[in-house]
Amino acid sequence: MDTMTYDYTEPALSTKGQQMRDILADYIALISHRLPDDVTAKLQELQKVEVDPLQKLVYDTMMENQLLANKLKRPSCQDTGALQFFIKCGAKFPLLGELNKILKDAVYRGTKKAPLRHNAVQTFDEYNTGMNIGDGIPSIFLQVDGDGTDIQMYVYMAGGGCTLPGEAKVLMPGEGYEGVVRFVMDRMTSYGINACPPLLVGVGVATSVETAALNSKFALMRRVDSESENANAAKLEHLLEDGINNIGLGPQGFGGQKSVMGVNVVNTARHPSTIGVAVSTGCWSHRRGFIKFDEDLNYELPYNKGVEL
Amino acid sequence: MKTWKLTTPVSDDDIKDIKIGDIVYLTGSMTTCRDVAHRRLVEEHRPLPIDVRNKAILHAGPIIKDLGNDKYEMIAVGPTTSMRMEKFEEEFVKQTGVKLILGKGGMGPGTERACKKYKALHLVYPAGNAVYAALHVNKIVDAQWKDLGMPETLWSCDVKDFGPLIVSIDTNGDNLFEKNKVIFNERKEAEIKKIQKQVSFIK
Repeated sequence: MDTMTYDYTEPALSTKGQQMRDILADYIALISHRLPDDVTAKLQELQKVEVDPLQKLVYDTMMENQLLANKLKRPSCQDTGALQFFIKCGAKFPLLGELNKILKDAVYRGTKKAPLRHNAVQTFDEYNTGMNIGDGIPSIFLQVDGDGTDIQMYVYMAGGGCTLPGEAKVLMPGEGYEGVVRFVMDRMTSYGINACPPLLVGVGVATSVETAALNSKFALMRRVDSESENANAAKLEHLLEDGINNIGLGPQGFGGQKSVMGVNVVNTARHPSTIGVAVSTGCWSHRRGFIKFDEDLNYELPYNKGVEL
Repeated sequence: MKTWKLTTPVSDDDIKDIKIGDIVYLTGSMTTCRDVAHRRLVEEHRPLPIDVRNKAILHAGPIIKDLGNDKYEMIAVGPTTSMRMEKFEEEFVKQTGVKLILGKGGMGPGTERACKKYKALHLVYPAGNAVYAALHVNKIVDAQWKDLGMPETLWSCDVKDFGPLIVSIDTNGDNLFEKNKVIFNERKEAEIKKIQKQVSFIK
């Protein structure tokens, strides 16, 4: 059989578009070797809680690895994911029309720069494009938010291991939030254990599979120590966090005091006849970035204090 | 928890006293081998182009730098979910004679049978520590089935003190993760009951 190849020609971007692409390519490389501040702080906190030699050895290895990755500027985990962007953009952001091309080319260039692993396999034709971009990769979720001139985006490298536990289901209202609890907890012992704990667990509650699934991904974009603004959702976050910790998955699922870095719930309204629920997990190496640009491409990195690209 | 140092080739005798929960550091030959390579051997009946008898495989898809002239550098390498290979592993061990299967998370009954019958170990490298692991790869000595792309190519590596590797299945067929899972599931049921009492938001 002839080897199939993926056609990609770098797009002709405006000068400003090129500038944004270059900043994002640099940021993608950075995300691959430096964890966001909230994740680093949480891991340091959890490390202190583990007392047994095996668990301590695992945490020591993790900390040493992150130091080496920062120092050598190499991806801290070999699975650098299929990139995803979750975006809120003002209608008057000047590069809105070019955005898709900018993001795809930023991943293309960032992949060479970092270097990232080639993680785009064209489905059905079943070949790796060898460029880390493909049909629908990177995936781009865009909300146009008012008529402002700014843009903000989460950049997420989800590896295969922590993508595997993802599941969505539509419950009958009779199953209630009790059913939501069962759904999330079952997933932790069946798949969560292999998804590189301590995990960040994202729970989405909505109407249908896709709305719940997207909410569960938005939940992973929030800081690990954040809390839902809804009092009941926040209560569920704390109950699930304690509950999953008490299962005692420990680092890497070897058993231990803590299983999760946090549980975040994102909810939207539901149809009266359904409760859509979804769970997504982030591994301990939760490589998610957050970047805000104004119309002149001045940027802020709220999750990476002191970093300049 | 005992700590062991193993050098390939590994004999049945070298690993007979190693138990689940022990720590191993590996020196010698280790070849990355994952989904499609297992499928090719077991289902497509294509012989593995690298000899792994009495040596180690790692369920992994690394990041490699191509230095030209068939020379490569290991940039980042770490284990991938071993359970994906479970359906092939018993037959894989039988056919290849591999002694050490390195990966992430637990494996199932097929691998338990293989470890017991053919004297092999399944070991877990703490995942996500890909730079630490890459720095224990001395060099890449061979690359086969490159048509599978970077993650799936068989990268044959010369490694030094590669670890910590935590033994998840030993030559008695004992399985650390399966033992833990029983405990985890018991605790889970108790936690679910506790939480469900507090979330009756629909009234």
